[in-house]
Amino acid sequence: MTPPQRQRRQPVPEPPEGPPQEDGKDVERLYVISGADGERAPLDLVTLIVARAEPPSSATPEQTAVLRMCRAPLSVAEISAYLSLPFSVMTVLLTEMLAADLVQARAPIVRQKIPDRSLLEAVMHGLQRL
Amino acid sequence: MDFKGSDTIPGPRSEDHLPHTTTAAAKIVIVGGFGVGKTTMVGSVSEIRPLTTEETMTQAGIGVDDNYGSESKTATTVAMDFGRIRISDQVVLYLFGTPGQERFWFLWNGLFEGALGAVVLVDTRRLEVSFEVMGRLEERGVPFVVAVNTFPDGPRYPVEDLRAALDLQPEVPIVECDVRRRASSRDVLMTLMRFLHALALSRSRT
Ligand SMILES: Nc1nc2c(ncn2[C@@H]2O[C@H](COP(=O)(O)OP(=O)(O)OP(=O)(O)O)[C@@H](O)[C@H]2O)c(=O)[nH]1
Ligand SMILES: [Mg+2]
Repeated sequence: MTPPQRQRRQPVPEPPEGPPQEDGKDVERLYVISGADGERAPLDLVTLIVARAEPPSSATPEQTAVLRMCRAPLSVAEISAYLSLPFSVMTVLLTEMLAADLVQARAPIVRQKIPDRSLLEAVMHGLQRL
Repeated sequence: MDFKGSDTIPGPRSEDHLPHTTTAAAKIVIVGGFGVGKTTMVGSVSEIRPLTTEETMTQAGIGVDDNYGSESKTATTVAMDFGRIRISDQVVLYLFGTPGQERFWFLWNGLFEGALGAVVLVDTRRLEVSFEVMGRLEERGVPFVVAVNTFPDGPRYPVEDLRAALDLQPEVPIVECDVRRRASSRDVLMTLMRFLHALALSRSRT
């Protein structure tokens, strides 16, 4: 039996941005991502969020929930999952909280052209214990 | 949302709290076409109960319902499941099982941008459902390994036939796995890490 054949692709210098317009279908986000100043929130799925303070009396229920669950570091993806809020809504909420100094963000480790060997070794070590 | 008066405050169980010393998180994506085992793999290696992050989007002009002469819009919720593995007191690793349809990926800002690498799951009964995903990873320069999720009724191809069919460079690892088993899924992740490590060595030499 012969398996179907694929064709390798080359890296594209500028990765396509935004929604692909496949099949002529118009796909758009329901929620617009923008922070207080209209800037796109620099939050990644795995940016870690840590509370800086106890919920102030002025906090909204969502903010209170975030501050409670972020007493220990927690990723934006997890916060979104626990609050059942879409990721884009979550980033807007967190951007406001960052601006108000209610929370702190810890930037993720991102892929580099030359992978960080000591990080990979740490990951392998961690996986071995699993 | 109404959390007041509820005794179930949303959030992680106490045993799932990350230590305060955790400085950063890294991520890996698990991709592949429909039903190849992405969710199963995330669930089998994750140390926390797998979670789901959602994104909502509108889709115009689908299922043409223009009885009222207006454009129809439907809101679609797309879900992505993910899990987590603690690596050390400083580092935590997240695994994202992407939606099978590539056109949904853009919904999550930065899903592929920072990922250390990817696991492409293939099912030998339907190899072609994972082709598009591989092409996208190549275009974006995301390094990946191929894991053949072995279903009992799937054809078994010699690895070199698979390599030729998938048009993969000789250095790209192809491994067999059973994503239902934690050890097997873990070994796939280990293969990815070794591959990335070798890549680091060869790239730092040039
Ligand atoms: N026999 C066998 N069945 C498997 C294996 N892995 C997954 N399955 C089954 O295959 C089905 C699909 O697995 P999922 O993990 O949901 O696949 P998925 O890639 O997340 O699917 P979508 O999200 O719908 O694209 C489930 O019913 C699994 O129980 C495997 O290794 N062997
Ligand atoms: Mg799934």
